[in-house]
Amino acid sequence: MASANYSILAHHFENLEQQRETETMGMWLFLATEILIFGAIFTGYTIYRVRYPRDFEAASAHLNLLIGSINTIVLLSSSLTMALSVHATRVGRQKMLMTCLTLTIVLGATFLGLKALEYYSDYEDFLVPGLRFRPGEWTELTPPANPQHVQLMLAFYYIMTGMHAVHMLVGMGLLVWLVLRARQGMLTPVRYMAIEVIGLYWHFVDIVWIFLLPLLYLTGTHHGSDLHF
Amino acid sequence: MSESITPTRTYYRVFATLIALTLLTVGLSFLELGAWHTTAGVLIGVVKATLVALFFMHLLHSSRASWLAVLAGLFWLLLLMTLTLSDYLTRPMLAY
Repeated sequence: MASANYSILAHHFENLEQQRETETMGMWLFLATEILIFGAIFTGYTIYRVRYPRDFEAASAHLNLLIGSINTIVLLSSSLTMALSVHATRVGRQKMLMTCLTLTIVLGATFLGLKALEYYSDYEDFLVPGLRFRPGEWTELTPPANPQHVQLMLAFYYIMTGMHAVHMLVGMGLLVWLVLRARQGMLTPVRYMAIEVIGLYWHFVDIVWIFLLPLLYLTGTHHGSDLHF
Repeated sequence: MSESITPTRTYYRVFATLIALTLLTVGLSFLELGAWHTTAGVLIGVVKATLVALFFMHLLHSSRASWLAVLAGLFWLLLLMTLTLSDYLTRPMLAY
């Protein structure tokens, strides 16, 4: 045990606990910069959400609520399996670790697959600003919505979900790397910080989605007939 | 990071709460709430995000240095939003 501790303790740290605290804080500092990246887009969204409420609500009501909601549950489930992966590493349960890590990757891929399906259905529904959009549809609504402002809301939708999807892709890459590390026996109850901090990143991406759901999908009033793929 | 290990029971309970809050917030979108949709949705989102941070991200048992990083991130977000919005949202009040 003592020799194992010695090998993973970097020389500039007093002890393992100090090293682990530093590694955790380092990831949180990175996440603080991520808060600001997403925060800038959220601020832009808020400005126009307040200025053009009717148009944002109309556009929101046209987004695919069913896929958005299912994806929320998929992502929350992947956070659970991620937390369980970290737990399995801490208690040294190798089989549970591999199962939970694989499940997290599968759930992440499911999210991205559904997201791609959703983008396709948005394309079919003429919800692509500038490329495939019917201004007449929106002026005929009661009360009418301004097609220009609706396109602005849709642009926010693509940029926010797109940025989120890029973060998911990075997370998936890190998870695959963790599987390889686990296979080499490099994730143990003593050496667990890699999975701990990648877990922090994964949960952060989940938190971003937790706010995207109400801002994009739930800001307008939906009806039962909206629930389709 | 302290040496404490969260029992799996806690994770399952937090997960059940998160799913229940998701169903609640999606259910609310079928009511005619007008502008309150966003308010209700964001408030439920804050509760969900707090649960994820405290339990899944182990913030509850993290060092004060980690808390400082989190609070600094949120403080800068607050500055970003309030200063920007205090400009944009008050522009219509100005007589040009």
